[in-house]
Amino acid sequence: MSALTALTVAGARAGLAGRAFSARELVDAHIAAIEAERGLNAFVAETFDRARAGADAADARIAAGEARLLEGIPLAVKDLFCTRGVRSQACSKILSGFEPPYESTVTANLWAAGALMLGKTNMDEFAMGSANVTSAEGPVVNPWRREGDDKALVPGGSSGGSAAAVAARLCLGATGTDTGGSIRQPAAFCGIVGMKPTYGRCSRWGMIAFASSLDQAGPLTRTVEDAALMLQAMAGRDPKDSTSIDRPVPDYAASLTGDVRDLTIGVPAEYRMEGMPAEIEALWAEGVRWFREAGAKVVDVSLPLTRYALPTYYIVAPAEASSNLARYDGVRYGLRVDGDDPTEMYARTRAEGFGREVRRRILIGTYVLSAGYYDAYYLKAQKVRTLIARDFERAFESVDAVLTPTAPFAAFAIGEKMDDPIAMYLNDVFTVPASLAGLPAISVPAGLTGDGLPLGLHLIARPFDEPTLFRAAGVLESAAAFSQRPPAPGATP
Amino acid sequence: MSADGYRIRGRDGDWEIAVGLEVHAQVVSEAKLFSDAPTAFGAAPNSQVSLVDAAMPGMLPVINHECVAQAVRTGLALEAEINLTSVFDRKNYFYPDLPPGYQISQYSRPIVGRGHVVLDLEDGAQRSIGITRLHLEMDAGKSVHDRRADATCVDLNRAGVALMEIVSEPDIRSPEEAGLYLRKLRSILRTIGTCDGNMEQGSLRADVNVSVRRSGEELGTRCEIKNLNSVRFVMKAIEVEARRQVAVIESGGAVELETRLFDPERGETRSMRSKEEAHDYRYFPDPDLLPLTLDPAWVEELRAALPELPDARKARFMAEHGLSAYDAGVLVAARAIADLFDAAAAGRDAKRVANFIMGPLFGALNRAGIEVEDCPVPADALGALIDRVSDDTISHQSANTVIQAVVATGADVDAVIEEKGLRQVSDAGAIEALVERVIADNPDKVADYRAGRTKLMGWFVGQVMKASAGKANPRAVNEALRARLDG
Amino acid sequence: MSIDRDTVVRIARLSRIAMEEDALEPMAEELNGILAWVEQLGEVDTEGVEPMTGAIAATLPQRDDAAQAGTPTDDLLANAPEADDGFFVVPRVVE
Ligand SMILES: [Mg+2]
Ligand SMILES: [Zn+2]
Repeated sequence: MSALTALTVAGARAGLAGRAFSARELVDAHIAAIEAERGLNAFVAETFDRARAGADAADARIAAGEARLLEGIPLAVKDLFCTRGVRSQACSKILSGFEPPYESTVTANLWAAGALMLGKTNMDEFAMGSANVTSAEGPVVNPWRREGDDKALVPGGSSGGSAAAVAARLCLGATGTDTGGSIRQPAAFCGIVGMKPTYGRCSRWGMIAFASSLDQAGPLTRTVEDAALMLQAMAGRDPKDSTSIDRPVPDYAASLTGDVRDLTIGVPAEYRMEGMPAEIEALWAEGVRWFREAGAKVVDVSLPLTRYALPTYYIVAPAEASSNLARYDGVRYGLRVDGDDPTEMYARTRAEGFGREVRRRILIGTYVLSAGYYDAYYLKAQKVRTLIARDFERAFESVDAVLTPTAPFAAFAIGEKMDDPIAMYLNDVFTVPASLAGLPAISVPAGLTGDGLPLGLHLIARPFDEPTLFRAAGVLESAAAFSQRPPAPGATP
Repeated sequence: MSADGYRIRGRDGDWEIAVGLEVHAQVVSEAKLFSDAPTAFGAAPNSQVSLVDAAMPGMLPVINHECVAQAVRTGLALEAEINLTSVFDRKNYFYPDLPPGYQISQYSRPIVGRGHVVLDLEDGAQRSIGITRLHLEMDAGKSVHDRRADATCVDLNRAGVALMEIVSEPDIRSPEEAGLYLRKLRSILRTIGTCDGNMEQGSLRADVNVSVRRSGEELGTRCEIKNLNSVRFVMKAIEVEARRQVAVIESGGAVELETRLFDPERGETRSMRSKEEAHDYRYFPDPDLLPLTLDPAWVEELRAALPELPDARKARFMAEHGLSAYDAGVLVAARAIADLFDAAAAGRDAKRVANFIMGPLFGALNRAGIEVEDCPVPADALGALIDRVSDDTISHQSANTVIQAVVATGADVDAVIEEKGLRQVSDAGAIEALVERVIADNPDKVADYRAGRTKLMGWFVGQVMKASAGKANPRAVNEALRARLDG
Repeated sequence: MSIDRDTVVRIARLSRIAMEEDALEPMAEELNGILAWVEQLGEVDTEGVEPMTGAIAATLPQRDDAAQAGTPTDDLLANAPEADDGFFVVPRVVE
């Protein structure tokens, strides 16, 4: 591994500014790393020429003293983001060959801040999954291994390619999207930082929709500070997204003061899930101790409806998805399988183009919205969602952030949990509540399992209180001092 | 006849009908409801389509403020409730000209609630037709079936254009009332400028719900006739559909709840969808859009800025100008005509102006095949023409000739009068000379007249007019003859 | 509430997803498993609770009525599986 790929975003910025290396050298080092780690299947498209050209331009700007926030920083982009002229297929066969004539707002913001795109990353098809095993491009391999076991593990999902790429030092950071935990859970599985901002903080324009009321873009990075820097560039009001919020974007990196003595951290008893491994429980208790040692107040809070969040999510998200994915009909773009009339053409195209999990969720979503079932399922779920949001509102009257584990278990082997959808859905049991309530949340790598796999701790904050979230996460990060790395490149199959 | 008494004569008794209309009115706006693509009619296929209209992946709707304002204006003009919070829902169904696979519409919480439209019946009576609701929704694209034998071609220019769906209560009792309702609604929309009302271009389309009942009984099952694009078709479709339903019931059958199509060539309706296609639109609030909230002060601003509406204008025409309810109703039915009357009546005998509009002008428009709404005659031309009649420059008869020319060619009134030599002779000397000549040429008729056959006066007038080649002022001729024969 | 084979046929048709005959029963079973699990929401008292309509409380922003030129027709049709002389083309609609 080159020293350049071991840098953080913040470190790379300093090195570029001090002319310790050029953006071109930085990009070339990452391109070499990607080429060496194709076995991870983290990237589904490589845009190296573009990255190199961008690096040369960045070097010119740096030389001219015109460096921007992320000038010359090589990043990867989840395939869910539309990128002009570059495949944007949500890792679905139904979008085969789709190259949009437009650029998503979030990626456009990153490029406007000087960042460079190395390529598009693998993901669960249409972001539906928690293990990156539903991708039409095949599974992503987690760069981590259990000690003494060479079995390939999942990176988590749906932003599995992004998480694996960041963990394996193939890029300095990556964009992800989080609908029910799709940034935070893979970050935990891969031993990196994954951050989901408040719903409405990042524009959804140009991001291929899964569940519109839940989808949010966010950064995957190796440090909390890097996440703050990336979000700084990604966030902001976008007049093209009606759910984007018109609020100034604060200086997130500046919020990392390391001082949490004025904060109260809540620990919700309801997250103590039956059957959760003791080592996760222990890590959580460790997190409490770290905050106390740093001078924060830690108190118990109650989020009574926590256990209903996952079933609520598995009504709301498929319902919205069933409608959002109706546009994939073989008429204007993507795959078409012919038929005698449009109805037959649609049915064949969609049967062929969507994978099994996507088809299952479309069917569930169609069912819960259909006549006679809407009230019992969809409406009921949206009411429970209101109560879940109220739980958090009440909790945030007395605490500034809520601390939980990120996931109820560590990364598992590719092929496990495949036949039982509900077992797979449990991956997101701790991340889904914040998604339903639209709250900002972050996963910070905090420890290892007994067999050497990373575990994350999860913080949730008030709407638009990303500064407090980053501040608390920074303290957690320092206390945990997570420094382990996945096996060196080439060690993976 | 009074629409109130409309009945269908069945085999063994009379049947009443109940009709409700769902009118889709295209909103007048520069850009579409949720995108910035233009709305102009008649552009090359797929040339006015944004990425949003084509439902490209990741595209999102943002509502056009003017479309909201137009819906509120329309609601105010229908004296309807304006809902300060309304919600956009997705109506999910697949069709090649519906790119997202759903129509963004308003289902349980429309922007406008209950209102009404007042109809002026021919006998001077009025009937109020209830408006159930008005909601905003996006139009679909156009599927072209006749371009290729093997395929359907899709043009998305219309996709996303804003529509107001205006739903009436089933208060309409005859085809005539349906026609009056549609015309009145169109005149209101045109007056406030929220829809151009152009039915040929599809800016205004009506779906008609028809049901029948024996007098005093419960209403029967209704059928919906889709997509009627002229007032005449609406009226005809109601008539034939009601008769069909009566025939079905009287022959022991049952009317089925269904959607039907009107075939104007064969003058019949027929079932449109195969029954296996069960519709389940799975409405749910569009998560890409938040609830639409309106500032009450802004609604009041729109209310204050509304132009005078047809009903108020009618009342003013009656009060200010002493017009009958019927005449005032006819004048306000089309905004262009009401404007014309207002301008031409200023400083003139209003009744004379009204009569001229409803007589010679409507006759000339009819002859030229021009809708009254599209009347091309400017108010000053109309006023000038009426003045020429009033001051005896031309005769009533000639006025018809002039207005036809003005309607057909847009020619100047005085130029037509000169060119066609229509100026009438009122000069006393000239007329007296003609009178003298006729009297001198017809001594026997003069004797008869003086002997008491006074009816001959008409014959004398005719002779003098003939001698003047029709240009003499008839009144002046009459006076001169009387003076000469009676005196 | 339980999903049977015919229900799967109905929702698959509504969803425009072709399904093989022998996939219907297994799918019904899978969906029933998920539905049985989500039905625990029935335990939650939601009497008088408003459904959540958006993840954030805000008012709907509105756009000015200014039209921009449409997407160039060639760009619009560039990804289309079939296009003809400015039109998208689909198999013939039979009404
Ligand atoms: Mg996930
Ligand atoms: Zn409609």
